[in-house]
Amino acid sequence: MPVKTYREAINEALHQAMADDASVIVLGEEVSGGAGCEGSRDAYGGVMGITKGLLPAFGEERVIDTPITESAIIGAAAGAAQTGLRPVAELMFMDFFGVCFDQIYNQAAKFHYMFGGKSQCPMVVRCTTGAGWSAGAQHSQNLTQMVTMVPGLKVVCPTNAYDAKGLMLQAIKDNDCVIFVEDKMLYDTSCEVPDEMYTIPFGEANFYREGSDLTIVAISNPMHKVLAVVDRLAEEGITCDVIDPRTTSPLDEEAILESVETTGKLLLVDEMTPRCGIAADISSIVAEKAFSSLRAPIRKVTAAHSPVPFAPNLEQAWMPGDADIEAAIRELVEYV
Amino acid sequence: MSTATKQRPEAKKKAPVLDRDQFLKAYRSMRTIRSFEDKISEEFMKGNIPGFLHLYSGQEAAGVGICELLNDDDYVVSTHRGHGHCIAKGGDVIGMMKEIMGKQGGICDGKGGSMHIADFDKGMLGANAIVGGGPPLIVGAALSAKTLGTTQVGVAFGGDGSSNQGTTFEAMNLAVVLKLPAIFFFENNGYGEGTHASYAVGSRDIAGRAAAFGMPAFKVDGTDIFAVTEVCKKAVQHCRDGKGPVTIEASVPRFKGHFEGDPQAYRGENEIETLMKEQDCLVIARKAAIKQKLATAAELDKIDEEVAELMGRATEAGLAAPVPEISELMDNVYSSEY
Repeated sequence: MPVKTYREAINEALHQAMADDASVIVLGEEVSGGAGCEGSRDAYGGVMGITKGLLPAFGEERVIDTPITESAIIGAAAGAAQTGLRPVAELMFMDFFGVCFDQIYNQAAKFHYMFGGKSQCPMVVRCTTGAGWSAGAQHSQNLTQMVTMVPGLKVVCPTNAYDAKGLMLQAIKDNDCVIFVEDKMLYDTSCEVPDEMYTIPFGEANFYREGSDLTIVAISNPMHKVLAVVDRLAEEGITCDVIDPRTTSPLDEEAILESVETTGKLLLVDEMTPRCGIAADISSIVAEKAFSSLRAPIRKVTAAHSPVPFAPNLEQAWMPGDADIEAAIRELVEYV
Repeated sequence: MSTATKQRPEAKKKAPVLDRDQFLKAYRSMRTIRSFEDKISEEFMKGNIPGFLHLYSGQEAAGVGICELLNDDDYVVSTHRGHGHCIAKGGDVIGMMKEIMGKQGGICDGKGGSMHIADFDKGMLGANAIVGGGPPLIVGAALSAKTLGTTQVGVAFGGDGSSNQGTTFEAMNLAVVLKLPAIFFFENNGYGEGTHASYAVGSRDIAGRAAAFGMPAFKVDGTDIFAVTEVCKKAVQHCRDGKGPVTIEASVPRFKGHFEGDPQAYRGENEIETLMKEQDCLVIARKAAIKQKLATAAELDKIDEEVAELMGRATEAGLAAPVPEISELMDNVYSSEY
């Protein structure tokens, strides 16, 4: 099977979805790039190069470069989704949700319910997230929790190229507004990805590793830190269930609860601030629904409760790190 | 084309803007809105309507003027003062009454209420309780029309209040950039809630500000159904011809408070009485139509009676309808598997 990067996998999904369904459009800032400039079009293909090649393949009517205008991009996508298109809107950095959040949580998320089921909003909002590039406090945040809390939205956060393609194709087919959270630290990671179209259903967790000492649930890029630590500790005989929910809404509660019932111990890892994050949310679900199975306090390893700092050493200290994860695993394993 | 121009009806020289049938249809729609608002005001006072009501009374000629030129598959998005737009677009009055009363059979299953009234069969994509929430959405509807190659147009209603919102500016710019068939229709009723437009609209010129975005922009007397129709014909045709967006600023009176029950301490002495005496679009329309021999007083009275009868039936149906089942609470949070 061919090996593709996370970037290539999403790009391929977009190409295939657009070829398959004429109602799929892509819009956003510089999704091709170069509009109105003297030089060439398709100059960027999106700030991360994810939409490269779509303009030459599908033309300006379906690959739409917009001004820097987040409220209008998301609002236009929502209005278009209500009236016959399936827009994939690129928001660039997840940090920019603040500019257009009304159009997400008051508009797109609510149409179907508020209008008695008579309106649908089949749109995808793509955004990139994650620290690690010294991109500063306004280009590094993971705000997955802010969209996960909104009824009406679905939230997808793939951790590998295979999942990225299958979840993107599912997101485009889906009849609700889907927030597709891409971690910028993962774009160049690769794995085997089939050439043909396939979908991965929402709300079905992926078990990266299976084990008996504890359950670890991780979201986005921190998953790869977890896997590195877990594989190292396996040499000492420590084995863990490592669960990637793949979607935070809907959430595969069943997979997490079943695992905790077996292991009795839970570690949650994400790169969000600790209050009201996904780790905190899953922690509350497990405390409520599997309390009697727990044989140790639930542990969270998250980012610090501060804006993301710029200086590389501070940024590394802010993020959940390998040492934090390892210490938490050892603490839980040793807990009696 | 990029300057705001004052439009006046030139009925004397040309064929009438509205023929007899068109006028009677528009008049019926205006009367239906006024009677609907009067009726729900009454029912609200009796405690039969939960929540908030923001009534459209006084603004009827504006919404009806443009909606009479639209087809069922043309789109409108509305504001929190949206009953009038829904009726003008042909919305189901009985379904609306049930909705506003929070009953089964409501046009949005009792999930939306007054501020989220909608009728998707009629291209009415919903009233929006976020001021300035609608204009970006109509850009999307107009984008659908352009991408799918239809001649549909989209109209975003807004007020002087929404004319100051950033979302509105973004929507107007994007519509110009993408040359979309969108009409930004501002009903300037002089008030954003309890603050006057002369204070809040910095330039005091909504159409002029829109023109600066690079689209034709017109001002019109929104109490005159003939004047509104004349301007809107140009605007709709401009959009259908693929020439891009248009803005219309219609000056209208607001006969009621921001919401029903608003004590309106901010309004001038006798202000509302004077507005109702001098700027009632229904009175103005009747006088003009009788003078132009488009209709007789008796014919218009008959329409008034028929509308009153319909409102009676709608109210009875609303009051008689059962409240939603509690089991419906979680219906339609998602439209596909969750």
